[in-house]
Amino acid sequence: MARMKFLCDSDRCIECNACVTACKNEHEVPWGINRRRVVTINDGRPGERSISMACMHCTDAPCAAVCPVSCFYTTADAIVLHDKDLCIGCGYCFYACPFGAPQYPRVGNFGGRGKMDKCTYCAGGPQQDGTLVEYTQYGANRIAEGKLPLCAEMCSTKALLAGDGQMIATIYRERVAKRGYGAGAWGWRTAYRETVGA
Amino acid sequence: MNRITRFLAAAALALSLATPAMAQLGGPVTGTPTNPITTPGSADELELMKALNGGRIAGRGSIPDVQSQVLIQPEGREWRDFHNKTLTWVGGIAVLGMLAILVIFYMSKGRIAIEAGPAGRTIKRFNGFERAAHWMTASSFVVLGLSGLNLTFGRFLLLPIIGPEAFTAVSLWGKIAHNYLAFPFTLGIVLLFLVWVKDNIPNARDIAWFKAGGGLLGHGHPEAARFNGGQKMVFWITVLGGALVSISGYILIFPFVMTDIAGMQLAHIVHGVLSVLMVAAMIAHIYIGSVGMEGAFDAMGSGEVDLNWAKEHHSLWVEQEMAKARDTIGGPAGAKAAGAD
Repeated sequence: MARMKFLCDSDRCIECNACVTACKNEHEVPWGINRRRVVTINDGRPGERSISMACMHCTDAPCAAVCPVSCFYTTADAIVLHDKDLCIGCGYCFYACPFGAPQYPRVGNFGGRGKMDKCTYCAGGPQQDGTLVEYTQYGANRIAEGKLPLCAEMCSTKALLAGDGQMIATIYRERVAKRGYGAGAWGWRTAYRETVGA
Repeated sequence: MNRITRFLAAAALALSLATPAMAQLGGPVTGTPTNPITTPGSADELELMKALNGGRIAGRGSIPDVQSQVLIQPEGREWRDFHNKTLTWVGGIAVLGMLAILVIFYMSKGRIAIEAGPAGRTIKRFNGFERAAHWMTASSFVVLGLSGLNLTFGRFLLLPIIGPEAFTAVSLWGKIAHNYLAFPFTLGIVLLFLVWVKDNIPNARDIAWFKAGGGLLGHGHPEAARFNGGQKMVFWITVLGGALVSISGYILIFPFVMTDIAGMQLAHIVHGVLSVLMVAAMIAHIYIGSVGMEGAFDAMGSGEVDLNWAKEHHSLWVEQEMAKARDTIGGPAGAKAAGAD
């Protein structure tokens, strides 16, 4: 089985936000939730880079470790998913996540934030694959259809890569070798405790 | 002529627009930077992380939610360690340790009896208002404590027994109860503080009381006013601990209203540690107020305690109350008792 990962080549990202829009459209994500976002660092200064960030589907995921009701599980492809029927919306995963991936449908006070929502790597959830109930709760299940996450599939500069970790790391390494520079695989150190050397 | 004027005006406008732009090329950039990162120039993750010394990496985004502009917050890992290791250990040792101490105490010393035996006569210790405030605080605390412990330990203790669906139902209701009972709990803390603070100011008598081992370990009964050293300790644990737990709790109930994610992590740490310590302290309080001591429960039950119990544990308070009662019977100074002439 593959070990699925995301890799954002920040030297290619042009901050077009198409990944954000595609994600919202594909999964009909409600207002206020952004499963994926683009953050620009050093904005307007030398070294400006944009990075598209979502759930990194960590090895030894912090969200799963702190969840009081243990609603997270990891698929055979190492995709970190959660069961919204078990989630109580406590917000602990949000405190622990280094990438700010967990989102809540309501800003609600009194902790009435609703069930947590996050990037599913376009892999749906624990419901039967491809059903309406799965789509309503978790969005599209492209993985079950043999497709990769839409954000990476439609990235115009191919800055955002999704797929087996070994494979996308090789692609990135070749790019860095060819062009002679690379800002590193953002988040890999934090998520997978490894990095892609140039 | 008209054309020349227009040309000159345009040239002047172009020059005035161009001047600041040209000045910026050479000179330093002025004005406040909108970007939270002050480290110059690096876009390499490792370099940036080193420069920020384990801090947050943030930038600018086009989503209105400013929280989403944080790219990586490594503090989440420290919070995870706190939640999964520190809090579990502190909580486990505090709660189980206290239970163990009480079991050992009960086995070795048994129930503390009224030495002189019950007098049969009672004296009013707590009025209806005081008892109502106490039980409002106490009942909300029990639910708050149990639902809080469930969030930390339920996954390991309760989940394997009742299964994921039932455990989620319990935890969800526990969370709702936890959020709403925070309000009566805080109100109770405020009321208890107001009605009892005047009798709970620590003084030299409390030191003597603790030196004599209190009413628990020592023999004999060191003198005490309305509240003895141990009760004062429970009072201040409740008031100060309760206040801090309430404040940190409200920060968590209203996410991002008062602070950001780092503040919420800190609030949770304060909330968690103080709460488990308070739970441990209250287990001891419940023990001594019920099975641990004969006659103690009546104080908060009926509000009337046995006179001998009161004399043994609160000698000075009984004297005071007796004096007050005599004054009332005697009436104000100078007044004649009814039927005296």
